[in-house]
Order: sequence, then structure tokens, then C-alpha cells
Amino acid sequence: MSARVTRSTRASRVGTVVAALALLVLAAAPWWAGRADMRLMGEIYLYLSLACLWNLMAGYAGLVSVGQQAFVGFGGYMLFALTIFGGLHPIAAILAAGLLAAMLSVPIATLIFRLKGAYFAIGTWVIAEVFRLSFAQIQALGGGSGSSLPVGVVKSLAASRSGREALSYWLALGAAVIVILSVYLFLRSRRGLALTAIRDSEVAASGLGIDIWRTKLEVYVVTSAFTAVIGGLIFSQKLRISPDAAFSVNDWTAFVIFIVVIGGIGTLEGPIIGTLVFFALRETLADFGTIYLMVLGLVAIVVMLKAPKGIWGLVRDRFDLELFPLSYRVRKRD
Amino acid sequence: MPEVLSLNALDARYGDFQALFGVDMTLAEGEVIAIIGANGAGKTTMLRSISGLLKNKPGQIVYRGRPIGGLRADVVAHLGIALVPEGRQLFPSLSVEENLLLGGKVGRPGPWSLEKVYDLFPILKERRRQASTSLSGGQQQMVAIGRALMANPDLVMFDEISLGLAPVVIKSIYDALPGIVGEGMTAMIVEQDILKALSVSSRVYCLQEGRVSLEARTEDVTHDQITQAYFGVVA
Repeated sequence: MSARVTRSTRASRVGTVVAALALLVLAAAPWWAGRADMRLMGEIYLYLSLACLWNLMAGYAGLVSVGQQAFVGFGGYMLFALTIFGGLHPIAAILAAGLLAAMLSVPIATLIFRLKGAYFAIGTWVIAEVFRLSFAQIQALGGGSGSSLPVGVVKSLAASRSGREALSYWLALGAAVIVILSVYLFLRSRRGLALTAIRDSEVAASGLGIDIWRTKLEVYVVTSAFTAVIGGLIFSQKLRISPDAAFSVNDWTAFVIFIVVIGGIGTLEGPIIGTLVFFALRETLADFGTIYLMVLGLVAIVVMLKAPKGIWGLVRDRFDLELFPLSYRVRKRD
Repeated sequence: MPEVLSLNALDARYGDFQALFGVDMTLAEGEVIAIIGANGAGKTTMLRSISGLLKNKPGQIVYRGRPIGGLRADVVAHLGIALVPEGRQLFPSLSVEENLLLGGKVGRPGPWSLEKVYDLFPILKERRRQASTSLSGGQQQMVAIGRALMANPDLVMFDEISLGLAPVVIKSIYDALPGIVGEGMTAMIVEQDILKALSVSSRVYCLQEGRVSLEARTEDVTHDQITQAYFGVVA
């Protein structure tokens, strides 16, 4: 018997082809999908992006934040502020929001990185509340009751309603693709190697000269910047913003954690599976009001008890599958 | 020979518990010393202190004239001190080669490269794409040693490299040691297997309950001295 070692597997190669085809079909959605379906899919892509980013931060860098809504809301508010007062094009404003979030995340990190574990989580939440209360003070942006995106700004995206809907759909799809690819390429890079090493053993990693603090800071800054961009996209679709909607811990953190945990934390496939499960549950149970939230909680508890590595962890253990080839494996040669 | 490392009345503690009491030690360029002692004598604590995993007063650990007792582990690694940790501490999600490459992350110049590590342990080249956890204990120990060498350290510290390995595997690893220290490296070998440790070192320190109970040249040391220093009783 001879063997060869490879990163890719048949499943991952088939997965790549299927993903490329699926992407083409999805990109053509404005020609085959209805208005409501497109809006739902756009929302799915943005949640998928948030989940991938949170997964990189919590599942790989061990930064379990419950305060990323700070950056979702910040991105949203920057879209409004920079277009209304700065006269920027909405897309430029969204990208600028990402840059500003990156700069803002550095001083925040120096503050909250002093905290460990549960204290870190609480610290991030406190920061997000500070954001919410601060933006509620800004009367020019509507204070506590929020404001709407002016018609002129909305029209600058595209003249017609259908053109606008297609554009925000493509922006959401593009964002999700960029986030997933970036996370994947990052994890395959040398820096990603260091991050994986830190996750495996902080003691051994620091003994090899890996600066744990700086590596985690880099991840925090990059995820925060991306999260703000996604926040900008979210509120460019909603066209209205208020402090409670922008900095909602339920919408932008609890649901995201649910997605990552049931999908499989610390895997690239987990957030994708989790997002599909989350939206399947939401779309079938949305009419039942609070029962929907109770079912979500129940699903989360059952998955955590029965499959602590999430649905993807279960699948991977049973079938040895990996759609994003990150690890090497030995294959028997035919 | 210039002094590479000196410990000056090193006290180390975990919270309220003090593990080392005024340990003095010196290590000259190119020297190989053995550290022996029973379980809980403070050997691993000493290595953790030197490598920066445990914080101390700066002046208690001096490396090439520079106080390093208060530095972080990653900074100490960049200065050229490498630790082959007890229990190997490989990265299970990474392949053999990725584990080795991470060792070279500090980017210090020197004789050690991926190729030289594979020359020293040819089996690792065959297994380089495999997950590090799929290897046998001895092979994993080779990865841990290779990973430390990849940093091209001036001083390498081995913590219990024979722990949990079969005698034949221990022998093959010890056979490789001269090839390592022959590169002019200074080394500190912590071992429970006293005879093995003495066979490759020129001086020996024995720790007992956090204190140095014996310091001697290996060729001069007697069996009784070791027994006395190790157990604290006269045989």
C-alpha cells in the first residue's frame, strides 16, 4: 500500500466546484428571484459575514466578545454621518466606516485586553453600551429616536428602486464572499498558523516567540473593521437607524453567537451551516412570536449538550469531511 | 569561557506558594549542564522562570549580561533561549512541518533550518505533512526538539525529554544530542533519568525542595553524593 499526503480532498474539490457554480447562480438572483427573496438572501449573507468574523475572533483567537454590536452600530451610524454631513457616496462612507472602526478598535483593545475570560466578555458588552448611549446623545443624528437616510443619499446608490435592490444584494453577496475568502486565506497564511498555534497552546506559542497580545490585537482590529463595514451595509438596506436597533445585543451578537455555536465554533464551515439553520428556523417559526425565541434557545441548549462542537463538528467527526482544506491528511493511493 | 546565563538567588513562586528558594547557577558558553532532582524539586519551575513563562525580579536571571527575569516569554525567545517543554506541547491542529516552521518564526540566523532538522531526524521528513498528534511519542519528541532548534537558540533547555518514552527511543534521541550541542549551543538538560543526564553533561546541579543541594563536575560526582542530594538522606 502506498499513500500520499494532501491538503485537498475529493469533498473539498467537489465543494469548490459546487461553491463556484452556486455563487454564479446567486449572483444572477436579481434576474430570477423576487423582491422579498432577494431581501432575505441579502440578510442571510450579512449574517453569514458577521458569524464568520465572530468565529475568527472567538473560535480562533479566543476573544469571546459579546460586544461586537458596538461595531455594527458604529458602521451604521458612520454611513449616516458621513453621507449626510460629509457628503460622501454611500459606498465610500461604508469603507471609511471600516477604517475608522479599525482605528477606534486599537484603544478599545488596549483597555479590554487587560480582562480575561468572562470579564473580557462583560467588558466588551459595557463598551457597546457606551457606544449606544453616546450615539443617543448626538442630536444631529436624531438622538434617541434615530433618523432616516435622506432621499438624495438613497438615490445616489442607484436611480431606480430595482437597481438599488440589485446593488445592495450584490454588495451583501460580495461582502460575504470577501469575508469568507479573507478568513480562509488568513488561516492558511503564516500569521494564521501562529493564530492556530495560540489556540492550541498559548504556553508553547509564546515560548516560540509568538507575541500573543499582538496577534490577538491584529485579529480584533481586522474583525472590528469588517464588522463595521457589514454594519454599514445592514443599515444601507434598512435606510433607518436608531441607537436601539444599531447597538442591539440580541440582533448582532446573540443571534450571531447562536449561529456559530450550533454550526461549529472554530471551523470555517460552522458559520455557514449555522446561518442556514438559523434562517430556516426563523422563516418557519417567525409567525409564532416569542415561541420562536424559545425554540432557538432550546436548539442551542440541545446542540451544546449533545454536540458541543456544533453540527459541523459532528459531521466532520463522523465522515472526516472538510470543505475548506486547512489541515493535511494521509490518503491511500488507488 | 564567557558566561551565558546566571541565576542570582532566584526565588520563584506560584501565588502564595514558593517553589524556588535562592537558586544560584551559572552556565558558560558551549557548556552542557544537567539538572536532576525528584518530582516537585523545582526543576520545571526553574525552566519556566528562565523562559519567561513565570515572571521574576529582573536581576535574578541574567542572560549575556542583561537582566531578563521580568521579560515576556516571546521576548525571551527572540533573545535566543529555547525550551523543549515537558509533555512536548505540540500544536495538534498543525502538521509536523508547520510545527517546525513555527519554531523558526523568531527568524534568528544560524545553522538550523528545516533541512538540517530533517537530516537530524530523517523520519520527520517522511512524516512532515502528517498531523503532529498522529506520530509516536518519540517522534513527537523529535518534533519538539526540532521546533526548538529551528529558532537557532544560543541556549536550549530540555525538560524531561525521556519522560514516557521507551528505552530504545530514549537512546536514539540521546544519540542525536551531540549533533545538536556540537553546533556550539549551550544546553541545560533536566532529567529524571540521572545516568542519561550525566552521560551527556559536564556539570550537574541537583535540586531538592526548591534549593540547590549539589553542584559538581560530572566526572567527580559519586553515587553517594547524588543519593544524599536527591533524597536528602545518607544512604
